[in-house]
Amino acid sequence: MNNIQLIVKNLKKTFNRRLVFDKLSFEVRAGERLVITGKNGSGKSTLIKILAGVMNESSGSFEYIFDSGKIDREDIYKIIGLVSPYLVLYDEFSAFENLKLFAKIRNLKIDDDKINQILEKAGLFNRRNDLVRTYSSGMKQRVKYASAILHDPLVLLLDEPTSNLDIEGKDFVDELVQNFRKDGIVVVATNETQDFKYGQRIINLDDYKNNQSK
Amino acid sequence: MKRAYYIFYKDFSSELRMRFALNALIMFVIVAVSTILFSLANEKVNQNVYAGMFWVVVFFSAMSGLSRTFVSEEERGTTLILSLIANPISIFIGKFLFNLVLLFFINTIIAFLYMILFQDFSIQNWDSFLLAFILGNIGIAGSSTIIAAIISKANVKGTLYPVLAFPVLLPLILMLIEITKSAMEGNPISDVEAELMVLISYDIIMITASVLVFDIIWRD
Repeated sequence: MNNIQLIVKNLKKTFNRRLVFDKLSFEVRAGERLVITGKNGSGKSTLIKILAGVMNESSGSFEYIFDSGKIDREDIYKIIGLVSPYLVLYDEFSAFENLKLFAKIRNLKIDDDKINQILEKAGLFNRRNDLVRTYSSGMKQRVKYASAILHDPLVLLLDEPTSNLDIEGKDFVDELVQNFRKDGIVVVATNETQDFKYGQRIINLDDYKNNQSK
Repeated sequence: MKRAYYIFYKDFSSELRMRFALNALIMFVIVAVSTILFSLANEKVNQNVYAGMFWVVVFFSAMSGLSRTFVSEEERGTTLILSLIANPISIFIGKFLFNLVLLFFINTIIAFLYMILFQDFSIQNWDSFLLAFILGNIGIAGSSTIIAAIISKANVKGTLYPVLAFPVLLPLILMLIEITKSAMEGNPISDVEAELMVLISYDIIMITASVLVFDIIWRD
């Protein structure tokens, strides 16, 4: 079985002089589910963006190891699926068009049936050809899930995973996290206590605010 | 390259539906060319002035439309999804291709309008003019794309774009004006060989440097 591993060492992020977190170190192995929590402004979303490779850390390092080899920073997007409230899709296209474009840009060999299957799983099949701008916030969240699993990623990063979702949507997320590939990693950033069930381990970013922190 | 093509395709499809840049560009070209036409009226102007005016309109039309490719992604918040589906090099090349096609389209319209409306704007040596036109468009598209990426992260996007672009594009525009003047006078292509070499060098340097620095600009 292929093994993915996330290693974070002494990670620090500052915005100008404001420290977000410091000396953050942890490891996540294949099959593990990790929850990141903390107060508003504790840096949960910032950490998720850093782990997704779309934001630079101030110091320290993080790396994804796959089959004993380090994944280059510019290739991280290939193994990541990200869902977050601040992720915005192209609303001038339909859900189907968004996913088809993403598949083409990612150079995936996915046919229309596979995209339809994913949309059906996300509960969007009947509205798949409507423009995303006509969707409710919950439906947009579902499209984000569909786009996050389109390329069968090794790492799933979920920031506030159940925001905007109804009960059916939350069930969909429960099922997705439970059935996510056993050789993959799930990192969930949340301050909703009901979302803590997704993780086997919880890291509180409020503990990494100053130089005396662990 | 395939990834870059699909980013270009995404932008092209999006532009057809949303008209972020095209409407602004066409409006600018119509206003600029008609203002020049009415202000000149029947006055006789030195032929060389037309070469300058042609590239001035091209420069400002590029300033009014080419930044949209990155600014619209930033304003709509779609930068993140783009970062999650493609690597920075593909993104830059895709955006560059889109700006290049847009620039060729709009500059062909400008050239066509100039030739119809200004009788003194007559090209005698088409080889020189077409080479300058092609190399000029590549250079302007390359510079404008990387500057658009820089300003899309700034707060004062609109003002910053021409301010940053002017010094970068000035040497290119000066060369283009020289070659166009020579083409209008009917001089042989060998007369502007040095200028053409400068254009080729400019394009290569600008595109290579842009690809190298884009990753740093794009992340964070």
